[in-house]
Amino acid sequence: MKRAAVILLILVTLAALFAPYLAPYDYGRQFRESPNAPASRRFPMGTDDLGRDRFSRLLYATRVSILLAPAAALVSILIALFVSAAGPALSGLTTLCLSLPWIFLFIILRAVLPLNTRPLASILITFGLMGIAGWAWPARIFTASIRRIRQAGWLLQARAAGISPLRIWLVQVWPHLRAIAIAQFRVLIPSYILSEASLGLLGLGVAEPLPSWGNLLAELQHPDRIRDNPWILAPLALLMLVMIALEALHPSREVVT
Amino acid sequence: MNAGCGAAPLSRGRRPVGLLGFVDSARAGRGRPARLRGAAPQNRLLRLEMAAALGVFACAVLFAAPAQELRFCVQADPKTFDALQVSDEPSEIVRYLTGGVLVRVNRVTDQLQPELAESWALTDGGRAITFHLRAGLKFSDGAPLNASDVARTLNTALAPKQASPAGDTFRSAQGDPEVLADSPLEITIRYPQPKPGIDRLFDTLSIVPANAGRLPASAGPFFISEYRPGDFVRLARNPNYWKRDDAGRHIPYLDSIRIDIQPNREIELARFLRKEIHLINKMQPEGFDRVAKEMPAAARNLGASLDSEFLWFNQSDSAVPQWKRKWFASSVFRHAISASINRDDLARIVYRGHAHPAAAGPFSPSNRFWFNASLKPLPFDPPAALRSLAGEGFALRDGVLRDRDGHAVEFSVITNAGNRTREATAAVIQDDLRKIGVQLNIVTLDFRSLIERISKTSQYEACLLGFANVEVDPIEQMNIWLSSGPQHQWRPLQKTPATPWEARIDKFELLQASEPSRELRKKAFDEVQRIVVEQEPFIYLVNPDYLTAISPSLRGGHPVTAPPQILWNVESLRLE
Repeated sequence: MKRAAVILLILVTLAALFAPYLAPYDYGRQFRESPNAPASRRFPMGTDDLGRDRFSRLLYATRVSILLAPAAALVSILIALFVSAAGPALSGLTTLCLSLPWIFLFIILRAVLPLNTRPLASILITFGLMGIAGWAWPARIFTASIRRIRQAGWLLQARAAGISPLRIWLVQVWPHLRAIAIAQFRVLIPSYILSEASLGLLGLGVAEPLPSWGNLLAELQHPDRIRDNPWILAPLALLMLVMIALEALHPSREVVT
Repeated sequence: MNAGCGAAPLSRGRRPVGLLGFVDSARAGRGRPARLRGAAPQNRLLRLEMAAALGVFACAVLFAAPAQELRFCVQADPKTFDALQVSDEPSEIVRYLTGGVLVRVNRVTDQLQPELAESWALTDGGRAITFHLRAGLKFSDGAPLNASDVARTLNTALAPKQASPAGDTFRSAQGDPEVLADSPLEITIRYPQPKPGIDRLFDTLSIVPANAGRLPASAGPFFISEYRPGDFVRLARNPNYWKRDDAGRHIPYLDSIRIDIQPNREIELARFLRKEIHLINKMQPEGFDRVAKEMPAAARNLGASLDSEFLWFNQSDSAVPQWKRKWFASSVFRHAISASINRDDLARIVYRGHAHPAAAGPFSPSNRFWFNASLKPLPFDPPAALRSLAGEGFALRDGVLRDRDGHAVEFSVITNAGNRTREATAAVIQDDLRKIGVQLNIVTLDFRSLIERISKTSQYEACLLGFANVEVDPIEQMNIWLSSGPQHQWRPLQKTPATPWEARIDKFELLQASEPSRELRKKAFDEVQRIVVEQEPFIYLVNPDYLTAISPSLRGGHPVTAPPQILWNVESLRLE
């Protein structure tokens, strides 16, 4: 199972990295004589409303989402770990962040950002923001675990033995937090992929014509289209496979102590 | 047959047979349980009467004509039932269906027809209008309706503290009109200066009763009988409505109308396909195609609507860089962008063939009287666009169009997020402009942010939006075309016209707004349309078709593109 998961993730990552070589067409090219075409040899997954090849767009979308969503999740986890490790001094910051109306902050942010942002810059800003804004939930869980760890006898023993704080954190404490970190990382990835599609409503998402899993999944709002072209489900299937693979890499027996 | 012969069929759910069987067995006195056979004659008579009454009731239920209730959906709760405060579409629909008006514009012939007023006359060179009301008019609650009600309605609408949208259309720059109820059946409205189209304005003024409660009485074909917020509004037939059909029967034919509040268009479509509602007044192309596939007889394309989709550049002194303002102010640049957009593809791909490439000018050809048919649309011709741009110092180098100073031609267009049709339109334009070396960045914003940018902060470069034309008369577009107007989007609220061509538009707009003759007004507005085509401050893209779905069981309809489309002749609609 683990091997299959590794192979799948490697394949998806390779497909994403080599999208320009694997995709039969540019993701933005409009075949205007063939809008909403069914799957064929020319268009393996058919075309979308504007006649763009779905397969090429899926490859490029994977490139955007599979690289940037985990990156944003990693940023969130690192910030959360730092804030939690800083102790009670910064715990108020977590509460504050959880109570902030992020949607309004994003609207204000959109107002100050220049309109002439290229699609690539726009997507980097979007995922960067999600990474920075999304740390508070995992931080609360880390804080609870760290509070328990601080009271553990073995930690006192380690300190008494004169082990440096950095070594204590890396060698003694981190193994206890790793399972939580991985679990939170896995939870954040799909939520960031879907949030990216929602942020499009604020003008912060992935701008046309660049595809992402988020804006490809937005087509599922119209389920009647699935009957005509089931390949609309391809991004959803890919997202599920990737999440299952990530799950398989991290067996649930590794639990917090 | 035995004692059970009366009751058994009922319990099996065979209601007609069962009820009739019960009457038969009672009359014959046969098949009864033994204890009933020896009953007194008067008891038998009583039972016979009861059975007969039940039989009559059953027949009434079975054979009476079913209630004629029309059902359709609106996307939101009506904001008000006060006919003078209507500003949203659901409220306007309720106002139209319930409101009694003095005159009605026939949406098919475009002619005025008498309603509460049986005749009217324009006097004093178009400064005054006198209406003669019908005798014996009543509101739905039975209260009489006379000239004093009309005077009170108009005065209330004009009262400044009311801030009534209905009253705004009756105001004039020279002052408010004087309203004189000459007699119970005669009323005169007098303006300081001639008011163009004054008679047609009364199509929008519903006469309101003196004491309007939560669900006010009305003088129109229906009145509001029930309202459950978030759920539905039910209108019932007005028993005091004055109108009869050619055969002398009271109309409307419908007993009631149930307006369901349904924000989700997908659910509305599903309900129509399940035959739970009778019509969808306005549809998106995708939903329309589905109806055409699953219920071909119900799909009705009314042709090009009065609406238009367009793009414009921000020419105001705003945060736009100076060199870009120079591009946007150039009519050659605007024409070149316009000529590079493939409108046929927009109509075919984005609207699935349910749109017409925009004809030249601000009016759709559906607006038959006011549309200037002599104007020709600009052809799709990117090479010609590049040639004209070259004349202005632009050059295409390595696939990038640069101006005389070397700036790459790149600008952003804002449009409202969540509107898939507009997002797709922007993507097609982006691809078209890429072919002449122009980089277009699409920014989708929530509608409130977008409106704030275009009407308050002016922080945008270009905008893609649509204009829903609810009125066919250009007098309703004064706020757009006058350079001092707040909706003069490319450069709003000018103290004096910034360009000679805007000054000319002002001149002809004011002319058409002050001239009583409809033909002379048309001539003046033709000139406005010609200048708009020459300068292209708005780059018109398509006129979407008006798409509706009407259940085959709904008869008597003559749907039109002017609001309220299918419902305009609601009095003649009936269900089969």
